[in-house]
Amino acid sequence: MKEIVVLSGKGGTGKTSLTASFALLAEQKVSLGDCDVEAANLALLITGNDTSEESFVAGQTAFVNSEACTACGACVEVCRYAAIILPADANAAIVDDIPCEGCRACSVVCPTDAISFSDVRVGTIFQRKTAVGPMIHAELGIAQDNSGKLVARVRKDTRSRAEARGIELAILDGPPGIGCPVHAAITGVSLVVAVTEASSSGLHDLERLLELCGHFNAKAVIIINKYDLCVEVTEKIERLAEELNIRIVGKIPFDENIPRALARREAPIVIPLIRETIQQTWNDIKQELGIAWTPIF
Amino acid sequence: MRLAIASGKGGTGKTLIATSLARLWADQGRAVSYADADADEPNGHLLLNPTITREDRFSVKVPVLKEKKCAGHGKCQDICAFNAILSLKDSVLVFNELCHGCGACLLACPDNALIERDREIGTISQGMADEVKFYGGRLDVGEARVTPLIAGVVDAALDNASDEELIIIDSPPGTSCSTMAAIEQADLLLLVTEPTPFGMHDLKLAIELGRALNKRLAAVINRSDLGDNTTKELLEKESVPLLAEIPFDRAVAESYAASRLPVSTCADFRERLMLLSEELDIITRGASK
Ligand code: SF4
Ligand code: SF4
Ligand code: SF4
Repeated sequence: MKEIVVLSGKGGTGKTSLTASFALLAEQKVSLGDCDVEAANLALLITGNDTSEESFVAGQTAFVNSEACTACGACVEVCRYAAIILPADANAAIVDDIPCEGCRACSVVCPTDAISFSDVRVGTIFQRKTAVGPMIHAELGIAQDNSGKLVARVRKDTRSRAEARGIELAILDGPPGIGCPVHAAITGVSLVVAVTEASSSGLHDLERLLELCGHFNAKAVIIINKYDLCVEVTEKIERLAEELNIRIVGKIPFDENIPRALARREAPIVIPLIRETIQQTWNDIKQELGIAWTPIF
Repeated sequence: MRLAIASGKGGTGKTLIATSLARLWADQGRAVSYADADADEPNGHLLLNPTITREDRFSVKVPVLKEKKCAGHGKCQDICAFNAILSLKDSVLVFNELCHGCGACLLACPDNALIERDREIGTISQGMADEVKFYGGRLDVGEARVTPLIAGVVDAALDNASDEELIIIDSPPGTSCSTMAAIEQADLLLLVTEPTPFGMHDLKLAIELGRALNKRLAAVINRSDLGDNTTKELLEKESVPLLAEIPFDRAVAESYAASRLPVSTCADFRERLMLLSEELDIITRGASK
């Protein structure tokens, strides 16, 4: 099975709308995974129904048993996240769940074993049935750590659903940035589709993203979105691609109809001219992946 | 006033608004600092074009053995909640990228055999962009945990600011602990959104984050004419004041793309920003310290 991840460094470059477009253009069923767990938007563009929902648990949070606590304050001293406090005239320490990392430093020093730990629900994972194939999406809980683990889980489920159904291709909508969640989304994929836009920020983020691809030894291709917004930057991106020997598989013009379509929950391929460009891009991606599904024009 | 500018999803125009407000306020002769806390993908410097006067490497703590060998009790491995330290027969192996620098292993070692060393994960730069004090964080490519660096950038800006200063914190997108680190110390959280189902979905989460942290909230709708009314309705329902609506303008997009701050090049945009600035003054009067 092949697996592609659509990434963009910065957000708002059109990553999700392109992911949805590819899924809708695909000639065979695909398995979709929305790894942008902090802003999971793919389901908004691919109609379907959630068929199941599951809590995702990772990490722990501390809890003080006020009966056992002697208010000695040792825990407060060692907590590096200011997550455990001993208010003046309180007779037991209190944990603030939001900053608590569940690191257990406090429990090492507590003389009365008053601190215990419970699992944290980091987010929710949804299975979805859509016309283009199965989909997994997830929502990270507010102010949670561990988004990398949730991304890894979305990927795993996306793969296993593909395998169970004999689907040849998984398409992942990747998370923004270049940190932990992106690492979880990028390791071992068949192809990274890096979506950038013709702005100096887009170029800057693309450079960092491609460096990361190099770091993880991941093969990449580039799509330049809104390429006509700044021709100078587009030329710079083209030079960068040439230097790094990375193929540009698409150049999509800026079109006000795209945000209008998105507002109606429609992927950009509803706009005929844009559809043509994206179809060409999709064909190039298939070629890079070595899949021979015939395009239907 | 400490103003954090954030958005659930990326690409809504958060950096555009943050850098433009910084420029506008500096032009009005107000003392302003701009902190780029989007350390995964810092872009503020491209717009403000600061002269960097100082760069410091930023480090986090990781455990290391004091001597080459230890007794191999394995207490460090048992306590570590992040699987970041492996106890071998007579030494340890630390997985730096996984380590949260919590110090639990140091406390757990019965022989006090572990100490901490600094490990660099990024850079914090400081400078001036005309009259704007600039702070920026940049995570090294390949590093996984951006949160401590974000906290470092915000601290640097706050430490150097006077009480009357306006501090703009350009926060990373999302709702996780890294966004939290950026907005934690703000007096007001300004959410930049767009009138699409995406914008609305992510705005909902951003409002939740703001509420969880007890932040005062306000919003701006960018590209306000390219979409529908649902975002506005959500703001009304949640009683989050909408301070400005900025219609799409290709000239603004082009100016931004070419790293020219549209607040200096597009009159209509500047006008809107001035109104936003007035609204901000009204709602923060009395709220700022
Ligand atoms: S588990 Fe760690 S973060 Fe949580 S209260 Fe204890 S020391 Fe602080
Ligand atoms: S270390 Fe234990 S006994 Fe002391 S204040 Fe903390 S929880 Fe209470
Ligand atoms: S400092 Fe904390 S996270 Fe790092 S190895 Fe020690 S116990 Fe694990």
